[in-house]
Amino acid sequence: MKHLKMSIAKLVKIEGLTIIGVFIALMILFIMTAPHVFTGYRIYMSFLQTVPPLLILALGLTLVITAGEMDLSFSAIIAFSGFIFCFIFRTFGTPWLAFILALLSGALVGYINGLLVAKVGVPSIMATLAAQFFWNGLTILLSRGLSWNIKEIRPYFIHTLFVGRIGGIVPAQSLWGVGVAVFLWFILNRHTFGEHILFIGDNVDVARVMGVNVTATKIKLFVFMGVISAFAAILLTLEMINFWTTQGAGLLLPTIAAVFIGGTSIAGGYGTVIGSFFGAYIVGSLEAGVVASGIGGYWTRLVTGLVMAASVSLNIILNKEKGEGLKERIKESIFIKKGGEKSSFV
Amino acid sequence: MPEKRQFKNAVIMNNIEKYFGNVAALNGINFEVGANEVVGLIGDNGAGKSTLIKIITGVFPPTKGELYIRDKKISLKDYNVKQAYKLGIEAVYQDKSLGEKQDLWRNFFIGRQMTNRLGFIRVREEKEMAQKIMFDIIGFRGAGITAESKANKLSGGERQGIAIGRAMYFDADLIVLDEPTSALSLKEVQKVLNFVRKIKESGRACIYISHILSDVYEISDKFIILDRGKVVATIKKSEVTLKKLSEFMLKYAHVK
Repeated sequence: MKHLKMSIAKLVKIEGLTIIGVFIALMILFIMTAPHVFTGYRIYMSFLQTVPPLLILALGLTLVITAGEMDLSFSAIIAFSGFIFCFIFRTFGTPWLAFILALLSGALVGYINGLLVAKVGVPSIMATLAAQFFWNGLTILLSRGLSWNIKEIRPYFIHTLFVGRIGGIVPAQSLWGVGVAVFLWFILNRHTFGEHILFIGDNVDVARVMGVNVTATKIKLFVFMGVISAFAAILLTLEMINFWTTQGAGLLLPTIAAVFIGGTSIAGGYGTVIGSFFGAYIVGSLEAGVVASGIGGYWTRLVTGLVMAASVSLNIILNKEKGEGLKERIKESIFIKKGGEKSSFV
Repeated sequence: MPEKRQFKNAVIMNNIEKYFGNVAALNGINFEVGANEVVGLIGDNGAGKSTLIKIITGVFPPTKGELYIRDKKISLKDYNVKQAYKLGIEAVYQDKSLGEKQDLWRNFFIGRQMTNRLGFIRVREEKEMAQKIMFDIIGFRGAGITAESKANKLSGGERQGIAIGRAMYFDADLIVLDEPTSALSLKEVQKVLNFVRKIKESGRACIYISHILSDVYEISDKFIILDRGKVVATIKKSEVTLKKLSEFMLKYAHVK
């Protein structure tokens, strides 16, 4: 039994392993309940097509939550930056200018969020909720509540690059999703910016006295989140070849759910990019899975709730096991070595 | 042999004032810490001890006054924690020294990571160096705690050991200890006091803040007594016994 506990403790150390297990279990469940759908490749290609915007948002939000903050404005950036993208493309016919300005519009929203949070001291959940209303409202004003079609963008390279089909089958956005995940993993776990995020989320006073510029880091973080959200907006808009004013509204709660299912801590100081990656694919595949397995579309939300509760509980329970195993060893450790006085100063 | 420092005073404060809004936390502070002097900073809660040392360590600037580090006047508007590091000032805080959920190797280098040009951390070097500090300077020999352990797996004494070891590794000229023993068992307190003695032996300066007067008395060369944002007395150890010092302090114990 003790051996089992120790090996569990070791396994839990591998980032995101719990959630990968949940993901695999879910897929096996789907294959068993709906073999006709889940043994073919089409359903998976459909996931790879629809999940990436949600995935990319969840990856960005992982960093924000790790810093002990929250962002509720990204769903508005999906609409606002999507609109900017369509507007610039329709007005000037230049997709790359549209791309850059859309990213900048996301950065602008993030920068204002960052100023409110880090400079003024507004709690991020309030600042970004206000931002969500404001930028959504502005988008509705600017677009006059209409949806904009951009089917003329299909022949352009930007469309192929971001949402084309590789080999005629695999949606390109799925690779962009993987790319963003790898990039953000390195940012969070291997870059000074990520380390500052970890310490700010862990204990902002410690971060400050250890020389982290908390204000600048938080502003950068919200700008970062804004740009990432804008990128998700571009992928979504390109895939749909359409902008509509409420796009993004349906992404808010699933994105937050994906991050928590993945195992990132609401308390801050710990975040898992790999967890959010699989969390997003779990959330994104539940609806299709639940419908295909024949229990009916009405069940989707209920099942999402169950999966989230189960994943979060599992993470907490397994982490406790890990703590117990370590406690024993710590007791045996020695604080200061005996007779080592002379080597203490060099 | 302790190496000879190239300056007379580690810190001099000249008429330092610090206001938080309209409230004066520090009001005309004058004091100095010699290059190889252990100064016990004492005073009741709210006397301004923490504010004073946070000015020295660059956490926030004073409202007014002059600050000299290693005999050189500091430009206060450019002064911050990173500058303080460069000037050889390290701090160990009671409960703000380590990120609890972070690996120890991250805790050693936060704020001054070893990085490549793009700002990516050279993880292997940091881990090796952290392990070396833990072995050679702090003396962690126990199984189970490595540079990859999380800080919250350590006891209070071990945490302070990590923080003090970090300060020593970065070759500080002045080590500030803010209530380093308040969460520790008696045995661990002795270990911290031993560290302070080593700071002195190695020719460095130290500012030691504690509520436990006997500890402060044991290791300090000089006592600076703060009350309501003012230095009310500076006493050399040779001029006072522990009993006298305790009696003196009672005068400044405010009953509310």
